[in-house]
Amino acid sequence: MFSVYVIIPIFQSIWVSFHDWDGLGAMRWIGLANYSELWWDEAFYTSLKNNIIWLALYLLAVPAGLMIALFLNQTVRGIRIYKSLFFFPFVISQVVVGLIFSWFYAPGFGLLYALIEWVSGTGVAILADERYVTYGIIAAGLWPQIAYCMILYLTGLNAVAADQIEAARLDGAKGWRMLWHVVLPQLRPATFIAVVVTVIGALRSFDLVSIMTSGGPFGSSRVLSYYMYEQALSEYGYRMGYGAAIAVVLFGIMMIFISGFIWKMWRDEKGV
Amino acid sequence: MFPRPIQTMSPTAQRTYKIVLPIMLILWLLPLLGVAMTSVRPSGDLAAGNYFGIPSRFAWENYADVFRNSPLAQYLWNSFRITIPVMIGAVALSCLTGFALAVYKFRLSLLVFFMFVAGNFVPFQILMVPVRDLTVDLGLYNTITGLALFHIAFQTGFCTLFMRNFIKALPRELIEAARVEGVTEWQIFWHIVLPLVRPAIAALSVLVFTFIWNDYFWAMVLTTGASTQPVTAGLNSLNGQWIAAWHLVSAGSILAALPPVLMFFMMQRHFIAGLTLGAVK
Repeated sequence: MFSVYVIIPIFQSIWVSFHDWDGLGAMRWIGLANYSELWWDEAFYTSLKNNIIWLALYLLAVPAGLMIALFLNQTVRGIRIYKSLFFFPFVISQVVVGLIFSWFYAPGFGLLYALIEWVSGTGVAILADERYVTYGIIAAGLWPQIAYCMILYLTGLNAVAADQIEAARLDGAKGWRMLWHVVLPQLRPATFIAVVVTVIGALRSFDLVSIMTSGGPFGSSRVLSYYMYEQALSEYGYRMGYGAAIAVVLFGIMMIFISGFIWKMWRDEKGV
Repeated sequence: MFPRPIQTMSPTAQRTYKIVLPIMLILWLLPLLGVAMTSVRPSGDLAAGNYFGIPSRFAWENYADVFRNSPLAQYLWNSFRITIPVMIGAVALSCLTGFALAVYKFRLSLLVFFMFVAGNFVPFQILMVPVRDLTVDLGLYNTITGLALFHIAFQTGFCTLFMRNFIKALPRELIEAARVEGVTEWQIFWHIVLPLVRPAIAALSVLVFTFIWNDYFWAMVLTTGASTQPVTAGLNSLNGQWIAAWHLVSAGSILAALPPVLMFFMMQRHFIAGLTLGAVK
């Protein structure tokens, strides 16, 4: 069942990407024409560039999550409740996160808009400005992602060996050096998972773009996954072949990471 | 413990920490609090420009309005009808596959396992065109069954990974001993393994519930119309209708977020255990 819905469609998609197809009529073999069209398609490069920005900025969630985890890793009264409330954004649907942040940014009565207006004198409508729109959406995406990384690190910190910390402390290590040389190496598994989920999250980013801007203004906030959806299924027409070609490119990018992860897991598996 | 426990520091530091903590929390949840405030703001306040102040009164009728003037109740109900069968289906299937992959050594077992893992990380988009096609061919397009079937298949990948690692960590002697006693494989699964993986089942159920409830992409691809769309896709179309009616949008958002949040608070321990599996080794 998994193979019917997941494995086989991957190959079907690659197959479709060599065709000109509207989803209903007959498929027409056009070879690599979809790909050569992609090569000259400016919208494709915008999406690709946005994807890279997403990837780079999304990775900030990992250190940010670590910082919050360190901040919260104390035992004071009610800390458990604090931890779960900090984790809260992750449980909420991306759709709701998107709506919350659209409200936050909304010109006229959004909270952030009002803040900027108060500080700088003029408001900035983030989601309607080509220069800021992608960053605005990424900020919304970072919110739950940081929460996720935080919980990974909190669990990891619990498992850090106390005797090593004490030993290092006796040797006079503290602060940053302690964090870098003693704590982080022990957090390696948590870091690994955090990076994996963040990279995947960044490349899969679709929900937020769709909810907050639908790729606008003028397609400037599209990412590959959204561009593909737009080409294949939305009011711009049913160009399944072209959409599939975009998906194949995205898959290729993802494959680089996937093979890396699998290679590492494979090694661990052999080591056991 | 790292960082140094706060109790060993000066009283000033301790007091500062206790003051900073709630402030940080409020900043962190500021967008959420804003929306919660907006959801109980009467529309008059919004018209009068009172966006951030204290609402002039609590307008609970916003919530009633949402239900009365939109198919939100139907959307929520659809979400439940999708989420619950998927939760049961995916978890049940993955118990079997996980057991098979963890206990039996067959030649392709590692290959099959890594296929599941890889399938997990695949971008949804590459599956979109063929899956939509398949669903249309099966006559399940725009039905709850169609959406649920796909979710079960996809989630099985993740669940299998999880279950396999969990079962693998169980003491093997237990299974060996049962075999020596002449217990059939099926009975081993049913009477020995299944009771032991109960915590994993709980963790998985909560996770799958949240994932499916929050799914948006597939809901957009495989369903149209209020009779089958789950609440995530529904909210999106309502958002289009309620331009600038932020009090309604906020109320709707909060309602849609509620079930997974409740689930999370009820099953917090399992939820976190599930998410962080593999983060400590």
